[in-house]
Amino acid sequence: MQSRYTIWLIPIAILFALAAWLAWPSNNSINLDLGFTTFVRDISARLGLDLQGGLQILLEADLPADKTVESGAMEATIRIIESRINALGVSEPLIQQSGDRRVVVELPGLKNPEQAIALIRQTGLLEFVDAGSNFLPEGSSVKTDYVTGSNSLTGPAAAPTSAATATAGATATSAATANAGVTPPASATPSASPTPAPTPESPTFHTVMTGAALKTATVQSSQGRIVVAFTLTDEGKKVFGDHTSANVGRVLAIVLDKKVISSPRIESAITGGEGVIQGSFTTDEANSLALQLRYGSLPVPLKIAESRTIGPTLGQDSVRKSQIAGIIGLAVTALFMILYYRLPGVLAVIALLLYVTITFALFKIIPVTLTLPGIAGFVLSVGVAVDANILIFERMKEELRSGKKLITAVDEGFRRAWPSIRDSNISTLITCVILFWFGSQFGASIVKGFALTLALGVFVSLFTAITVTRTLLHSMLDNVDFSERHSWFGI
Amino acid sequence: MVNIVGKRYWYFALSLLVMLPGLIGIGVWGLPLSIDFSGGSKLEVRYPKAEGTIQPADVKTVLESVGFGDSIVQTSENNTVIIRTKTLDEPSQAKVLDAMKAKYGEVTVLRIDNVGPTVGAEVTQKAAIAVGLAAIGILLYITYAFWGIPHAFRYGVCAIAAMLHDVLVVIGVASIFGKFLGWEIDSLFLTALLTVIGFSVHDTIVVFDRVRENQRLYRRATYESLINHSIIQTLDRSLNTQLTIVFTLIALALFGGVTIQHFIVTLLVGMISGTYSSIFNAAPLLVVWENNEWGRFIGRKPEAA
Repeated sequence: MQSRYTIWLIPIAILFALAAWLAWPSNNSINLDLGFTTFVRDISARLGLDLQGGLQILLEADLPADKTVESGAMEATIRIIESRINALGVSEPLIQQSGDRRVVVELPGLKNPEQAIALIRQTGLLEFVDAGSNFLPEGSSVKTDYVTGSNSLTGPAAAPTSAATATAGATATSAATANAGVTPPASATPSASPTPAPTPESPTFHTVMTGAALKTATVQSSQGRIVVAFTLTDEGKKVFGDHTSANVGRVLAIVLDKKVISSPRIESAITGGEGVIQGSFTTDEANSLALQLRYGSLPVPLKIAESRTIGPTLGQDSVRKSQIAGIIGLAVTALFMILYYRLPGVLAVIALLLYVTITFALFKIIPVTLTLPGIAGFVLSVGVAVDANILIFERMKEELRSGKKLITAVDEGFRRAWPSIRDSNISTLITCVILFWFGSQFGASIVKGFALTLALGVFVSLFTAITVTRTLLHSMLDNVDFSERHSWFGI
Repeated sequence: MVNIVGKRYWYFALSLLVMLPGLIGIGVWGLPLSIDFSGGSKLEVRYPKAEGTIQPADVKTVLESVGFGDSIVQTSENNTVIIRTKTLDEPSQAKVLDAMKAKYGEVTVLRIDNVGPTVGAEVTQKAAIAVGLAAIGILLYITYAFWGIPHAFRYGVCAIAAMLHDVLVVIGVASIFGKFLGWEIDSLFLTALLTVIGFSVHDTIVVFDRVRENQRLYRRATYESLINHSIIQTLDRSLNTQLTIVFTLIALALFGGVTIQHFIVTLLVGMISGTYSSIFNAAPLLVVWENNEWGRFIGRKPEAA
């Protein structure tokens, strides 16, 4: 019975060492080679947006409010955005669905927010539009009859001047697609013969097919020229086949975000579900077009509901300062505990150190993204972790005063303080849960971060304040004879 | 022994006194909502290469030239400019930044927030729901935890009453600081508020717990002296816990980053109010209820003698 508690000192010491090793600031990765398997994990501290700087965007489905957004469509949209963002080379981007109409995008450490926003905003709708016999100059805006929501539309098709220059073959502005033609692979390339643009009023063009019908789009080299080859899905193949058979010689414009990116003429019927867009593309232009074809179409059009750009200047300063504040807070608390509660206070401080170490190690392992309020929450939870101990020690003092022996007082103290500790911490956890829910409604990762760190702190503090302190106290009493010297216990 | 419960009406009066300036503030000046709730754009930018000190009036002229003349402009040290306007979309934001750059040189972006109007309204709604849910959740939990002792429901209600006191104090302070120091109520403020709610109840529960225990032990004591006794017994613990939390918060307020200062001070005010309300409001309210002192408002039907 005597050594029952003392033996637990060993696992606690091991835990302490392990946690300290994990939490050590300069330790950034775990590399374990166990012979039959290796285990590698990055455990550097993750800094949140407000500490590193970066960009946070809340995207919302750009559809009328009463139109429900299909979850499958939303998932596909998110995947597309993910691939675009990966192209930016941001480490640890966060893209998450929030509710059924919203997507949160967080790009920490992003150097160039404008570029990112432009890329994400380019979340357009790709359409294959029947332009009849009109060659639509690249970059012109068109109206189509595809209903997507409240995209802003600008005027009609071309101005006469740009059409005229297009006739001259390759010109500066419309070079890439002036000679483009859509053909099945491996056949020759007649050139497009553009006609001057039509009508002063704005015609609405019919959308034959959207980008949802595209399966792949790649850049290839064919007969010494760079072309963009595409394949269609089965449904797309049929629609495309039908349309091209019926419309040879007419223009099938490729429109992204209501802006024409290419205006090839249909050379012949394409029923194989494969096609090639030819023109005097440079590799870059072809790549760009292929990317746009692949990713330019989103099943669900999105608009930016909220955007936050955070410069890194504020953050760097604050991290250092918070560390100092944390250490000072810890020191003052420790001092107070020792002065007021004497011996149990010292043990509580040891438990507190263990608490800080374990919690920080958990932050690194899970990992929990640290935001400034999150760090504040962590420092605050240090003050709260002590609360459980204070409850216990005050109870212990009462028991001692009423004449109980030391060892009984300790046990009673822990036993009778437990209901208060349990109930009060649960109420804190309830508010953490609600905070977390609130934060996840809007992708407010700052609020979420605080809720998470506080909740984590509550759990760990329950362990260290109760289990560890009790073990320490008991093993001390078991092994050292205090002869009921109450003064050591703060009476 | 100090008689806290006996003097309870003095303490209620003190509570009202503390809440009063805040409530007046809310009534007269309203709540200083940030764009998180009202929607709009806020640009916090610094111009290290600007000559002299940037004047708000000049900035307004620049903004007028790009069509955003009805913005609110503030300046702070190091030629930091804070601009608040209605929501800017990407092209407008670029226009504003370019115009400013043309006049003041290279910009260091501290922070740019654009919140669409629909999002803002929704956040407000969700915030209110969050506070409401927290209150209900806690009420239910306390009622459950105190099941088995007479009138368990009352404990929950009194705890919530104390919590409301703290909420009003915190919001009142925010309103006053908003008027005189330019504070804003943003999502972080809400976070602080919900944390204060959590802790206020945390405190109150400790006192109630002692009441529960004493009820079993001292069956023959009057309710009043029972409550008083419980309060005194938990006084040490309440004050000590308050001290440790206040230490850590003050350390953060003094040495922590400037961006969370408002957050920390809000927490400080809330915590102190929370401890006060747990000791001087929540438990005495139990007595008021038991003694049926407020008759028609809260009370029970007189039991058969």
